[in-house]
Amino acid sequence: MIGKTAIVGNGDGIMVFKAAGVDTFPADNEKKARDILRKVAKEYQIIFLTEDLARPLTEFLKRFDEEPYPVVLSIPSGAGSDGYGMEVLKSAMERALGVDILFHND
Amino acid sequence: MARLNVNPTRMELKKLKGRLATAVRGHKLLKDKSDEMIRRFSVIIRTAKQLREDVEQELSNVLRLFTIARSVTPPEEAETAFSMPSVAVTAECETESVMGVDVPKVRLVNEKRAEGLPYAYSEITGEADYSVEKASILLPKMVQLAQTEKTVRMLAEEIERNKRRVNALEYVMIPQLEETIKYIKDKLDENERAAVVRLMKVKSKA
Repeated sequence: MIGKTAIVGNGDGIMVFKAAGVDTFPADNEKKARDILRKVAKEYQIIFLTEDLARPLTEFLKRFDEEPYPVVLSIPSGAGSDGYGMEVLKSAMERALGVDILFHND
Repeated sequence: MARLNVNPTRMELKKLKGRLATAVRGHKLLKDKSDEMIRRFSVIIRTAKQLREDVEQELSNVLRLFTIARSVTPPEEAETAFSMPSVAVTAECETESVMGVDVPKVRLVNEKRAEGLPYAYSEITGEADYSVEKASILLPKMVQLAQTEKTVRMLAEEIERNKRRVNALEYVMIPQLEETIKYIKDKLDENERAAVVRLMKVKSKA
């Protein structure tokens, strides 16, 4: 199966990926991002989403975890990482193992 | 523990014994599955963490370079320069099975459309070149991270579900069956004793 990659985010940061061959979808706020994701999820297999949009949409993004595709990945936006990606990893680990084997910082 | 609502007959006893054997075997299998899944999970989550750290660091470098490039270029020019990609990224998407969970497996295929960067060097500053190039290099890594993180999330879900199944078997199904079997056995023994006593009584009167 041939898949396509897309990036959803706000600001100019995502434009650099356009030049690198990823289709870009600008979204300023979470509501818009949600609409775009709904549409994009049907067509694209790999979707990058900037952290500032991923955080308010955490619940919404859970539905994509049922099936292998599409894959949604949160990436830091222009302002740098706010640790959202690590939080997701951490919560998955705590659900599965019940203990923290990686971060040791609580 | 509540016992099942069944008639205390030999037929039921036989049926329940069969069910108990299946439940015990299933419980053992599921427990083994859970152990193996947790082992794989801890390997995968370590890779995911490492990858994420790398990607986040490199990505913020790329974005910083790009911000510099943007700030010295008029918006319209930047728009035109970047909107014609020289490469098309396609991903070969397959699925792979990790302990019976279908997880994504992606391989990136880069198709070059034109040589070099998608704009004239005179239009844009050098930072833009670097950032675009770095972004292209970073992309396979990002895709790999996407795949790994998805695997982590799906596996975590499956482990949780499996744990519930194991617990349901261990603490509900199996005790229930055991208790019901014991109840039926007691009842049958009781009936047998009653029959013997009755026979003895009948015999002593005759």
